Amino acid sequence: MIKKIWAIVKKDIISELRSKEILTSMIIFSMLVVVIFNFTFEPGSEIVKAAAPGILWVAFTFAGILGLNHSMVSEKENSCISGLILSPVDRGIIYLGKMLGNIIFMLIIELVSLIFFAVFFNISLLPFLIPLVIVVLLATIGFASVGTLFAAMSINTRTREVMLPILLFPVMVPVIVGAVKSTEFLFKDKPISDILNWIKMLGAFDIIFIVISYLVFEYVIEE
Amino acid sequence: MTSENIIQIENLTKNFGNKKVLKGISLNLKKGETLGLFGPNGAGKTTLLKILSTLSKPTSGTVKIAGFTPHEHEEELRRSIGIISHDSFIYNNLTAWENLLFYSKLYDVQDPIVRAERVLTEVGLFERKNDLARTFSRGMQQRLTIARALLHNPEIIFLDEPYTGLDQHATQLLSDLLKRLYEEKRTIILITHDLSIGYKVSNILSILVNGQIVFLEKCRNIKEDDFIKIYHEKVQNSKS
Repeated sequence: MIKKIWAIVKKDIISELRSKEILTSMIIFSMLVVVIFNFTFEPGSEIVKAAAPGILWVAFTFAGILGLNHSMVSEKENSCISGLILSPVDRGIIYLGKMLGNIIFMLIIELVSLIFFAVFFNISLLPFLIPLVIVVLLATIGFASVGTLFAAMSINTRTREVMLPILLFPVMVPVIVGAVKSTEFLFKDKPISDILNWIKMLGAFDIIFIVISYLVFEYVIEE
Repeated sequence: MTSENIIQIENLTKNFGNKKVLKGISLNLKKGETLGLFGPNGAGKTTLLKILSTLSKPTSGTVKIAGFTPHEHEEELRRSIGIISHDSFIYNNLTAWENLLFYSKLYDVQDPIVRAERVLTEVGLFERKNDLARTFSRGMQQRLTIARALLHNPEIIFLDEPYTGLDQHATQLLSDLLKRLYEEKRTIILITHDLSIGYKVSNILSILVNGQIVFLEKCRNIKEDDFIKIYHEKVQNSKS
């Protein structure tokens, strides 16, 4: 099972390293968001600390949408998705492979975006780096778990670029709220105990939606 | 139905909403037989193949392939079939070699390197194994598709319009391959609009019109010209 999941992840990574389609568009988009908001607010001011979590997660989520769309479009080329479905592999494994690939791409973008964000907004992330990494990781897993399922769902629709965010964002509200609130508390130097409930909620969301998506993926990609 | 039948289809129907695409198809194929499936566009040929290959579920009826039913032994069934269609299922940003190694992992192929080398040599692409699939011509892509479909050594092969877009050389190569697969006693279902090629490589001929098999005959019992004439009559009748 792990061998097959890794085969799908490795295939996506090699493919992306050659085409650079997903990462390039995601990086450009998230950098644009950071740069545009940087012109709006004075770096280091109090208002930046209030708005920063929102700015950061706008960049992450919208860049994530681009990545999710691209990741499934690449499977549409030459009907490769049919090649995957026709192989003797549990369709849940295909889901886990695609989801893991999406998580890796999103984490790369988030790392790059965080560095740019810290530089442009003059915010030091080091004092709360570990809890921030935990929040980003949990929210990214939640985002990719539902996003991979919905990206597969919208792959055959003509307006998939519009369809994916319409389907995804209502379900993602708990993750986005949890991630923004946790990041806000961290930026305001509040104790870790204050965000513990949000972290628990993100963890629960991840587990619930990975299990549900794993089980229903089979029906989503069926013709 | 007998135990020799490797493909058993009984009273198969498929509806898309109110539209009946397949209307009670029954068909049996023995090991080593090659069925040429002909019919106009929209007759239901590809839908039938999609059901046989587990890509789509029938509305009613039963299918048994290599002793496996799609609902109970889906993965075993998929392992026993190889599919060659006008869609290559090939990743353009991977090399020919990487594509085959990827699929060999999904199919749990024993000795994947030996097997990949063998199928690439068979289709004449071994020298180009490290080239990206996107740099291949249509004919070369189709040869790589054949290599991918044969990688796991399936006993049943489905071909859906495999000649589409191929030049004369690639067409000949595919016909030679089909003959070799026939000699190896593989069971084949071939969908093609080219009646002449289809007649030459098949040993059972069938015509599907409006979701029904309207003609089914052993190739040895009918001459090519007669078959072509019957085909046009059946298609014409369906329109009138």
